[in-house]
Amino acid sequence: MLPKFSHVRPDSLRKALSFLDENEARIHGGGTDLIGCLRDRIFTTETVVSLSAINELRGIEPTADGGLRLGATATIAEIAENPTVVAGYGALADAAGVVASPQLRNQGTIAGNLCQKPRCWYYRGDFNCLRKGGEICYAYEGENQQHCIFGGDTCFIVHPSDTAPALAAHGAVCRVSSPSASRSVAVEALHVPPSVDPRRETVLEDDEIITEILIPKPPAGLRASYRKVRDRASWDFALAGVALALVFDGDTVASARVFLSGAAPVPWRAVGVEKAIIGTELDNATIDAAALATVDGAEPLAKNGYKIELFKGLMTEQLEAIRS
Amino acid sequence: MAKKKQHTPKPGSGVTRRGFLGSVGAGAAAVATGVTSRSEAVPEITDPEEMVQTALKINGRLHRLLVEPRWTLLFVLRERLGITGTKAACERGECGSCTVLIDDRPRYACLTLALEAEGSEITTIEGLLEGEELGEVQQAFVEHDAFQCGYCTPGQIVAAEGLLRTNPAPTENEILHGMSGNLCRCGAYQHIVNAVTHAGENRKDGGGS
Ligand SMILES: Cc1cc2nc3c(=O)[nH]c(=O)nc-3n(C[C@H](O)[C@H](O)[C@H](O)COP(=O)(O)OP(=O)(O)OC[C@H]3O[C@@H](n4cnc5c(N)ncnc54)[C@H](O)[C@@H]3O)c2cc1C
Ligand code: SF4
Ligand code: FES
Ligand code: FES
Repeated sequence: MLPKFSHVRPDSLRKALSFLDENEARIHGGGTDLIGCLRDRIFTTETVVSLSAINELRGIEPTADGGLRLGATATIAEIAENPTVVAGYGALADAAGVVASPQLRNQGTIAGNLCQKPRCWYYRGDFNCLRKGGEICYAYEGENQQHCIFGGDTCFIVHPSDTAPALAAHGAVCRVSSPSASRSVAVEALHVPPSVDPRRETVLEDDEIITEILIPKPPAGLRASYRKVRDRASWDFALAGVALALVFDGDTVASARVFLSGAAPVPWRAVGVEKAIIGTELDNATIDAAALATVDGAEPLAKNGYKIELFKGLMTEQLEAIRS
Repeated sequence: MAKKKQHTPKPGSGVTRRGFLGSVGAGAAAVATGVTSRSEAVPEITDPEEMVQTALKINGRLHRLLVEPRWTLLFVLRERLGITGTKAACERGECGSCTVLIDDRPRYACLTLALEAEGSEITTIEGLLEGEELGEVQQAFVEHDAFQCGYCTPGQIVAAEGLLRTNPAPTENEILHGMSGNLCRCGAYQHIVNAVTHAGENRKDGGGS
């Protein structure tokens, strides 16, 4: 049984915001992560404010400037199946298609996927670790097979979202509303690294709601993909993942945005890979250099050294696949 | 904040499951959407200590009942309405045994609050019967020996039904992908794939409903 809470399901954004203003509240998109966290007592809440009856937050549609608007409560399945996404935004389509299981894709929303809580087994278990308000990180000297190789600092989670690195590669921006204002936050700037604050996952305040995600028009020559490697063929989180959004001019890479999942506490921009491939035709020597650049500066923990070879191999295969 | 107080029995206060099932209103005219007063200027917060009125449309029949906001659809189906075909196992979205259709799409009842299912069409394994006969996916599972202990089976069948409603002729890979949210600890996977393939072929040929 879940801990007690009150529940409200307003029909407009304005009403939803007014509840966040006045109450100790948590936002419910599809609830797939929220309900699990409440059940496991990761946190409790007085009020659950559901976004599921708010029409203005739904839908997927083209924007006036040729881009795409994803309503905050568009489901992962709706995104994976959307013809415009499939035709124009390959990394997002690939990523949405491999999030969790069919049931969870039917229920989970895109904003909820970006804002989900970490999957570190200490965090999800009975450990009062640093991220939950305690003093130490248990993973650092414990079971850290699935933890990060970049950006750990004080907390060594990997960010669990598949769609975040893909949306970041496509240059997407979240529109965010609070009771008093609204603002834009680029997906690549949404997540907070432990060096800034190990106790928060996103830059959003408690009274802020992501209302929509805007993806710019796909540039001519864009080729984009996402692939993750898991422990098994069935549903699972990424051990290592690569999101590519490369713009080609003929056979030459004119620009590149490359993000990793399974690597760091936030979607990790692989700047070294971008530098290695821009201006090239992705010849074999370039791909070898890019594979090395993927893990340049990595600091594996005692039990996740395998991720070094995994990332190098995955980057090699993904670059080979995208050049042909 | 005005709160609607409901004076109702708490769970386990002597209302039996079957008795409760009998007491809920059958065949009421329309699903009353907006029980949480969506039409008012300010919607009402349901009090965590109190039960709230809701109406759930399950297998074509409208059930009016009182729920606590924290009750999941899984709990309400099994423990309040006695509709026990839907199974509980992990209760964390990891196994699929609680799969139901919500507006034709498979979802996990363990991660769905009952109040969130208001206004939707909920279909459980019981709803796939054709009168007194097994439905076509159920029949295919029997014919292809697609279970051992049977615990995962209602969830598997409902997930297969959901898959076939969007894709009546799935390839083997599409079946593996589409059924990947349902685990079977007995490992009946190959027979499950055979059953789903067969049920799909029947449907395509107009053999089924
Ligand atoms: C078994 C299992 C396997 C999974 N596997 C994967 C996987 O492989 N890849 C992957 O990417 N994910 C995976 N997930 C996570 C799943 O995809 C997320 O739970 C889902 O996408 C979250 O969406 P939701 O709408 O249900 O979020 P909710 O549970 O409703 O919300 C999640 C968080 O986001 C906040 N939130 C929700 N909407 C908003 C908004 N509009 N503005 C601000 N904050 C908001 C909530 O307050 C909450 O803290 C898995 C989950 C489970 C249970
Ligand atoms: S990695 Fe982060 S979430 Fe996991 S135990 Fe360490 S501090 Fe906690
Ligand atoms: S009981 Fe719901 S997925 Fe396991
Ligand atoms: S038949 Fe036993 S769990 Fe699937």
